[in-house]
Amino acid sequence: MDTVIEATELIKRYGETTAVDRLSFTVRPGVVTGFLGPNGAGKTTTLRMVLGLNRPTGGTVTVDGQPFGDRPRGLRHVGALLDAHDVHGGRTARAHLTALAVGNGLPRRRVAEVLAEVGMADAAGRRIGGFSLGMKQRLGIAAALLGDPPVLLFDEPLNGLDPEGVRWVRNLFGRLAGEGRTVLVSSHLMREMEQTAEELIVIGRGRLIAAESLRDFAARGRELRVSVRTPDADALAGVLAQQGAVVRAEPGGTYTVTGLSADRIGELAFAHGMRLHELSPHPGSLEEAFMELTAESVEYAAGAAR
Amino acid sequence: MSPVLGEAPARLPARLPVRVPVRFRHLLAAEWIKLWSLRSASWVLGVGALTVIGINVNSAASNADRLAHQTQRPPEPPMGGQDRPEFLFDPLHTAFVDPAWQLFMIIAAAVGAIVVFGEYTSGLIRTTFAAVPDRRAVIAAKVTVVSAVMLALGTLVSGTSFGVTQVLLRDHGGLSLGDPGALRAVVAGALLAPLCALVGMAVGAAVRHAAGSVVTVVGLLLLLPALFQGERYRWVKEIGNAMPLSAWQRLVTNPERAHDLGRYPLTVTEAWIVYGAWTAAAVAVAVLVVRRRDV
Ligand SMILES: Nc1ncnc2c1ncn2[C@@H]1O[C@H](COP(=O)(O)OP(=O)(O)O)[C@@H](O)[C@H]1O
Ligand SMILES: [Mg+2]
Repeated sequence: MDTVIEATELIKRYGETTAVDRLSFTVRPGVVTGFLGPNGAGKTTTLRMVLGLNRPTGGTVTVDGQPFGDRPRGLRHVGALLDAHDVHGGRTARAHLTALAVGNGLPRRRVAEVLAEVGMADAAGRRIGGFSLGMKQRLGIAAALLGDPPVLLFDEPLNGLDPEGVRWVRNLFGRLAGEGRTVLVSSHLMREMEQTAEELIVIGRGRLIAAESLRDFAARGRELRVSVRTPDADALAGVLAQQGAVVRAEPGGTYTVTGLSADRIGELAFAHGMRLHELSPHPGSLEEAFMELTAESVEYAAGAAR
Repeated sequence: MSPVLGEAPARLPARLPVRVPVRFRHLLAAEWIKLWSLRSASWVLGVGALTVIGINVNSAASNADRLAHQTQRPPEPPMGGQDRPEFLFDPLHTAFVDPAWQLFMIIAAAVGAIVVFGEYTSGLIRTTFAAVPDRRAVIAAKVTVVSAVMLALGTLVSGTSFGVTQVLLRDHGGLSLGDPGALRAVVAGALLAPLCALVGMAVGAAVRHAAGSVVTVVGLLLLLPALFQGERYRWVKEIGNAMPLSAWQRLVTNPERAHDLGRYPLTVTEAWIVYGAWTAAAVAVAVLVVRRRDV
């Protein structure tokens, strides 16, 4: 399996804060890879290091085998939308894109092409300062597409898009990946990834939590909560707690167990000679699996998107 | 207005050649587009240039008026003073009125600073460096384009100021470029704009904030020379001499009029060296400071 983006023991510190902590991962072409983590997990910092905008405190990250910052020109290699606000509001969409295209030696016709591609042909001559966030996102995507690059990075690209825009962006990502490109998309919301990504890289507090396919990740969710009804509640709770599970009494005499699979609970009950009247695994949502996994690493429980 | 969504084509509309040549002139073209696609830049430059020319021309016109008036009266110079050069009218000086040129310095420096810190404060710098990871090349292109535009503008302002004022003063000793010191003064005026713009760019790159950059650049170009004045201590005067404003003042001084240069004066050569040193230092700072820092 070929690797396009490769991070090795990546570290970034800002004074006392360790934003990225010995993070290693790889991203391969042909699929959309979701880069997931709660606010403050270090996603933006990581993507900036991929692009050579921020210098790692330690470790390396390469794109196509070399640090991206070593390339003289970038658009033909990597297209990126980190922050839709990273534009000058005084310029028109056309002028902004033309300067980018011309600087990279790309034909000017690309500007009209990518603007049409993102549905902004009519807004080409308008000043960016007057754009809504959704329009700025589209402009950023247009800029990322200018060089027809084999690698695309998007940081929280769904922010500010209406449902139609979200659907369009998902289709676009899928298509780009289908063309064999490497597509890395960050988000702090699992539900945004569910219908977008095939592979997942999950981080929390700068550390890698999981790197696996969405399907494997979803399987974790399935084992998340198990409802148990038993006349031997106290004894079973003790056994399960010993195995690291959390047992919570629900109204109506059932118990909800988290941290152990239904199979395992059944085996433990059998081994200790306890009767089970009900044993039913709840297909927890991906969101729950994500919350569960990252719970310890959430920095601000109610933090704003960064 | 919400954007109109195009029907997503099966693939990107255009495939580009695999290898796109890397040329510095591409970056020059990009910076040129960036400079002129900001309304503010052309406005500030245009209005600034007109103001400076206007002040100079106005001073020449009023001087011409006053002189014309005076000659109608019998001259009554101070005792034995009419031949002393310091009492003679200096036509060159009317083309290089101090406050007008200080304003020009600030405009040039501000535009230089805005061109750089504007990328930082807007966040555009990240888009720029992601598109062109070779940061030094980006800054070098910016420096080249801004310097060239400023040199053109400086030449226009200096040349026009000189030409118009000297025509207005043609009956009162107006100079031509061939007269001693005239060409030097015009060139020194023309070069002042790119010099100040470069200082502004260096400060903008180092400070990266709007207010901070403007305050720093005004302090550097105008306050420092005002501070390091007086002839009590030689080192104070020498520091003052090393400022662009002092160098410019020396270079536009009419050699035909024995203005009192005071103690520890700058020589013309030293003044040119000050010009060169500030230019080189500004370029070095602008290019070096962007290399390693996070953006
Ligand atoms: N320039 C900076 N200076 C100091 N701390 C920073 C800076 N950028 C990010 N951080 C900190 O690093 C951590 C990771 O931030 P970020 O990469 O933006 O996370 P995410 O994009 O996943 O929300 C946060 O704790 C944030 O406060
Ligand atoms: Mg972020």
